Amino acid sequence: MKGSQILVESLKKEGVEIIFGYPGGSVIPIFDRFYDGPFKFILVRHEQAAAHAADGFARSTGKVGVCVATSGPGATNLTTGIATAYMDSVPIVAITGQVKTSLIGNDAFQEADVTGVTRSISKHNYLVKDVKELAYTVKEAFYVASSGRPGPVVIDLPVDIQLHDAEFSYPDKIHMRSYKPTYYGHPGQIKKVAKAIKESKRPTILAGGGVIISGAHQELKEFAEKISAPVTTTLMGLGGFPAEHDLYLGMPGMHGTVYANMAITESDLLISVGCRFDDRVTGKLDAFAPEAKIIHIDIDPTSISKNIKVDIPIVGDAKNILGALNEVIKKGSDSSSWLKRIEEYKKKYPLRYKKSDAGKIKPQYVVEEFYNQTKGKAIIATEVGQNQMWAAQFYKYNYPRDFLSSGGLGTMGYGFPAAIGAQVGNPGKIVVDIAGDGSIQMNIQELATVATYNIPVKVAILNNHYLGMVRQWQELFYNRRYSATPLKNPDFVKVAEGYGVKGIKVFKETEVVNAIKQALEHDGPVVMDFLVEEEENVFPMVPAGEAINRMIGGMA
Amino acid sequence: MKHTIQALVENRFGVLARVASLFSARGYNIDSLAVGETQDPAVSCMTFVVNAEDERILEQIKKQLSKLIDVITVVDFIKKDYIDRELLLVKVNRSSKSKEIFSKLKKELNVKILEEKDSYAVIEFAGDHNQINFFLDELKPLGVKELVRTGKVAITK
Repeated sequence: MKGSQILVESLKKEGVEIIFGYPGGSVIPIFDRFYDGPFKFILVRHEQAAAHAADGFARSTGKVGVCVATSGPGATNLTTGIATAYMDSVPIVAITGQVKTSLIGNDAFQEADVTGVTRSISKHNYLVKDVKELAYTVKEAFYVASSGRPGPVVIDLPVDIQLHDAEFSYPDKIHMRSYKPTYYGHPGQIKKVAKAIKESKRPTILAGGGVIISGAHQELKEFAEKISAPVTTTLMGLGGFPAEHDLYLGMPGMHGTVYANMAITESDLLISVGCRFDDRVTGKLDAFAPEAKIIHIDIDPTSISKNIKVDIPIVGDAKNILGALNEVIKKGSDSSSWLKRIEEYKKKYPLRYKKSDAGKIKPQYVVEEFYNQTKGKAIIATEVGQNQMWAAQFYKYNYPRDFLSSGGLGTMGYGFPAAIGAQVGNPGKIVVDIAGDGSIQMNIQELATVATYNIPVKVAILNNHYLGMVRQWQELFYNRRYSATPLKNPDFVKVAEGYGVKGIKVFKETEVVNAIKQALEHDGPVVMDFLVEEEENVFPMVPAGEAINRMIGGMA
Repeated sequence: MKHTIQALVENRFGVLARVASLFSARGYNIDSLAVGETQDPAVSCMTFVVNAEDERILEQIKKQLSKLIDVITVVDFIKKDYIDRELLLVKVNRSSKSKEIFSKLKKELNVKILEEKDSYAVIEFAGDHNQINFFLDELKPLGVKELVRTGKVAITK
């Protein structure tokens, strides 16, 4: 069997049904095999979108996403998507063509050192130099991508290997002495945690993306209710705990809620689950949870005590460890006065925005209206910047895997292709990309993809004619010197229509409800251009490097 | 703070590059690195001398190394009783003093004179940190023309 067929058979064995990609000279043998099925192949219009689509597919379904690109520029175009998946622990397998083995290192046409380039932005990578190793490599790649702390894995496959013959036999098992993730928490540490919880008066749970990845949302809910602790979820953790739950605090950190940040600051026991204490969450490290003993549950040992000194670390899978804690703990200590104090903060400093008086559209209102009309059951993808923060703040995520956003890398252009991947993986769901007028133009060519396959993604551009988040910083910290942030945009409706996609322009607040209704009812992709309040800011806000209880625009 | 760490790794293409890029990407300082095959040809041993500013960074270095898929084990020698050696080749000038210095070094340290020409000599020496410092101090009066060293290797007792 030829290498290209071995690849196809191996992907079938891994249960792959959908592949995102773009052909090129070094992957023609693979695409020749794709011609006969059995995969649903989605041809994107730029390789970066293939990686993001595989990522959106993976985040929304929990399965491994797969993308394919050719050697050289095809592969380097994937790298932003690979790095995005790496920062957010998303399991994707990226298959890249490579020039033939005899030419590697010769600066051949469309040659790039792909394993070299992707080394520090992938969980692992392989250059397959012998067709006999191909099946095992695919098996190992899927295992590494999806196990432990998941992440992207790259398989670089020279074109001659795709044409070489070998017998196909897919291994049942893999043996890796050098890679053995820890899934179960140490029983001694679990006891210590139970004891600390018993002694605590002001416990607070900080849940991150790990809760969603490990499928621990039920266990987290049971745990929080058992110990009566309020729960804040990071951007990556949105949906890991029901947003409409009484114990929910919203998001912490730079654009978090006042009450989440106050809860962390005043807590005497911070229980962090599957969160890596990103600087956008912690703010000034010395002032982060200054009164709290810190428990850190994480599957990645390197996350522990990297940024924050941890008192009780437990390495393992969040679902297993929360499950074990739920068994050990009968009930927590009496935290009623703590919860009362939190309630007061919630009442005093709610997440809010000034309603528009001139009939201009408030971007937050658009997000809220999407929540109302989808009844909170849509998958929301975001781009990066203000649109991302409003989508995080004003849509209530009650279910895991419904919020897709580039949290770690902060990749503009992520949302639209990720929404495509999510929609292909969840055909029955409503998928919305909350976009900015800047971000959407970083992968706007994917309108061709949604038009080709009639992928009914709804793109909602919060169009303020600025790179809004940078403009906000310029307004607040750079004396309103709007350097390179005002945008002269195309007519997005016309652009959409040019691709054969329905476009809706929304000028006034009063038109928002109907426009969204119309878009959701349309059986196909839609681009909505909301002309929003131009200098609206994301508040509350902790200035970079400040303590998280020193928020502006939220405590007034 | 200097620290000796050893990693057993899969003897595969690209492993050294992975380790090196980890150190550079995360801004860790390596003082020396010695790599070679072990008794098992499928396994290589890498011995690092790292300069970690504090305990937290040292912990991160060890954990990040362990996290690399091809790294099998990481051992920190600080808690171990161990023997370490580094091999040096030194080219020194010959002068009237060299005979005396060489014979002293031969007596006190296990040095070998590998080559003696009119104007220079090549000396081999393997020793631990203190011995190497002593050895280099002794050679100073002759003038070192060239010095190459392998990086430290270590083994537990």
